Amino acid sequence: MNPEPYLQLDRVIHEKGRLAIMSALAAAPGLSFTELRDLLAMTDGNLTTHIHTLQQEGFVSVAKSYRHKRPLTACSLTPAGRRAFTEYIGLLEQIVRQNQTK
Amino acid sequence: MEPNLAAENLQTIRTLMERSAVYRRALAPIMLLTGILGVLAAVAGLHFKMESPRSFAGLWLGTAGMAVAGAFLLARRQAIRDQEPFWSPPARRVTQALLPPLLSGLFLGIVFARLDADWRVHVFMVVIWLLFYGCALNAAGFFMVRGIRWLGWIFILGAMALVCTQALTSHGIRPATGSLTMGFFFGGVHLAYGAYLYLTEKRKMAA
Repeated sequence: MNPEPYLQLDRVIHEKGRLAIMSALAAAPGLSFTELRDLLAMTDGNLTTHIHTLQQEGFVSVAKSYRHKRPLTACSLTPAGRRAFTEYIGLLEQIVRQNQTK
Repeated sequence: MEPNLAAENLQTIRTLMERSAVYRRALAPIMLLTGILGVLAAVAGLHFKMESPRSFAGLWLGTAGMAVAGAFLLARRQAIRDQEPFWSPPARRVTQALLPPLLSGLFLGIVFARLDADWRVHVFMVVIWLLFYGCALNAAGFFMVRGIRWLGWIFILGAMALVCTQALTSHGIRPATGSLTMGFFFGGVHLAYGAYLYLTEKRKMAA
């Protein structure tokens, strides 16, 4: 098997928790922190850590605002994040295809 | 990386993307409210003998308007309580799926109400409303919990059963048929599904 696609996988995305966050945000742009937490069944601390990592990489943007006098944290994929996620999926598909053609 | 692991990752991504695109507001309160309104409207229709097409359509279109307004307020209250945006992408998709059949039902209801016909037109109105409402639920069900699509099918099959029943017993149509059928479907079925959701949603929250 050609190891190249695996070596090209983005290490930041290739972590279970962060991959889940990226997948959720890819399908529903603009999910709130609580929506993400409930959807992925993560603790507040765990989710905050992963979002911080993705934010540092420029994959996720976080917007804090107030709605009806209550704080609202909305997360979304940045264009760079969407690009990286698409590439990541492409590489996974390549790995699967390589195995099928064997 | 194992190819099987890559395929598993892709499956996980697909599942998560599908789940994140689903509308997740608790539906039990909305179903219960709609059911209560349906039962009350049926009782009012029978008690006050609302048998002319105009009064029958007025009663049920008014009830539908109250149910939509109530559902809107309940969903908005939930969104505020959970600190989530109300007009989210899933909410938009559900609204877009519901609108065409519901507006068609409203339009045909108004047309029937203006017809110079006797109470027998009730059956046609009920069939059309059941069909359009069933189609609306079925369409919205692609962006909501799976049960909504089944609920839609119950209304669609109910409409078909009503047509067959009326075709077989055309001499037996009574003025109360319209209110009773509407009360059963828009009242009883909603209440039963609301009670089911109430119990299952509560269990999920406790888990």
